[in-house]
Amino acid sequence: MLVATALVLLMTPALAFFYGGLVRSKNVLNTMMMSLASLGAVGIAWVVAGYSLAFAPGNGWIGGGAHLFLNGVGLEPRGSIPHLLFMAYQGTFAIITAALISGAIVERMRFGPYLAFITLWALTVYAPVAHWVWGGGWLARLGALDFAGGTVVHVNAGVGALVAAVLLGPRKDYGRQALLPHSVPFVLLGSSLLWFGWFGFNGGSALGANASAALAFVNTLLAPMATLVVWMLLDLARTGKATAVGAATGIVVGLVAITPAAGFVPPMSAVAIGALAALPSYYAIQWRSRTRLDDSLDVLAAHGVGGAFGALLTGVFAARAWGGTDGLLSGHPAQLARQAAAVLATASYSAAGTYALLKLVGLMATMRAGRKEEGVGMDVPQHGEEAYTSGEGAILVMTDRAPAMDVQTREGRP
Amino acid sequence: MKLIVAIVRPEKLNDVLEALYKEEVRGLTITLARGHGGELESVETYRGTTVKMALVDKVRLDIGVSEPFVERTVQAIMRSGRTGEVGDGKIFVLPVQKVYRIRTGEEDVEAVTPLV
Repeated sequence: MLVATALVLLMTPALAFFYGGLVRSKNVLNTMMMSLASLGAVGIAWVVAGYSLAFAPGNGWIGGGAHLFLNGVGLEPRGSIPHLLFMAYQGTFAIITAALISGAIVERMRFGPYLAFITLWALTVYAPVAHWVWGGGWLARLGALDFAGGTVVHVNAGVGALVAAVLLGPRKDYGRQALLPHSVPFVLLGSSLLWFGWFGFNGGSALGANASAALAFVNTLLAPMATLVVWMLLDLARTGKATAVGAATGIVVGLVAITPAAGFVPPMSAVAIGALAALPSYYAIQWRSRTRLDDSLDVLAAHGVGGAFGALLTGVFAARAWGGTDGLLSGHPAQLARQAAAVLATASYSAAGTYALLKLVGLMATMRAGRKEEGVGMDVPQHGEEAYTSGEGAILVMTDRAPAMDVQTREGRP
Repeated sequence: MKLIVAIVRPEKLNDVLEALYKEEVRGLTITLARGHGGELESVETYRGTTVKMALVDKVRLDIGVSEPFVERTVQAIMRSGRTGEVGDGKIFVLPVQKVYRIRTGEEDVEAVTPLV
């Protein structure tokens, strides 16, 4: 579990590389910081209150306040592992889930309001949904299956991303200019590290080094392989070429889709889930790029659609013999209905919660960067750094005036 | 014939290219450049090192045009490249002695007239 926790933590920097490669070079630091900063902001929010809201004893909808500030979280066992380790492991999930949303609003959302938003989101949207499914809440009692977070993490983040993209509005150049990935190798590095970290995400969700963990591990190996193959075939059929960005996306979609099913389905079903999951996400991306919906890095298509589809397929392929409840194929169609209820409930709550939070943050601060700031890129105005600079023409400043002030004056912030 | 050399902001390049396309100016060369035009320097900090970036990224366009195209090219760049703040760039119009199109050996006005 220690290793699994470290692996899941690695997924957030991996996501930073995945997202960072997909944006233009003038925004890469801002984009990567949106993921990395979640390690701090959401991580601390988790130990202060998030863990308690998700996992302390409460009612069916939300946990209580018994574990605020890690009160009563010590070395005593919770299930098969120390309570403290369980808290840390779950914390890494909250961190990456909040960071996932950033893909929908990159290249245009100001950094401060973003931090406020994801911190509040982790507390008020992620924590309750985690409680519903894993903290003994109403979805757990209903019998909905979600091994490692198909609904809690991926549907939740995907729908939150959709709402955020709609409320923030498209980038000023969206649909007018080609907004191309600046570093495809970064994208491949990110998706590869995500896969590596995902063994902790799914394997670790067995909460022990046992047979269930081995099954989840192997399924996490197999499903993305199948998605990768199908994705490349779809690319080949559509354009005659298998693309690298497509391959990276396919891997992520496969990982997302197997997440809810990992410890509940036989390995060959994992291959089927991986292969089938490529289709809706692939066509969702094709459709999205022809609309005015600027979900810039396709969080909805990869995580929302992939997660929802994976959660439903869990209800189809789950088998008691492999650790799940029998699903549709084992003659138990009711499980599919429970899965659908979990997806719908998560999506509705996430949409409403994200909408309310963004409206709230929008009342207190300007969320959207100005047109000029968007034009020169977010890195220099928001962070006072460039990702790739030769240093030519840089003059050393010896005074210790606050540099951010000069940048603000120059950029004429709205 | 004239050679029009324009220095513009990189973030305005797409607007400039679009405006030139609408004016039917088809042949041009661009170069990424760095320069200084009197704008306020942006300040960047890397750990303890604070620097002022005195050279700013710019894009240089080189456009060879026949006389009737000079004014519309200049106006198109002026209109589309402007933000109104210091650092929008310059346009230089230079006389050209001779132009050849390498592929056909055409000279002067024929050489800068795009193929229909």
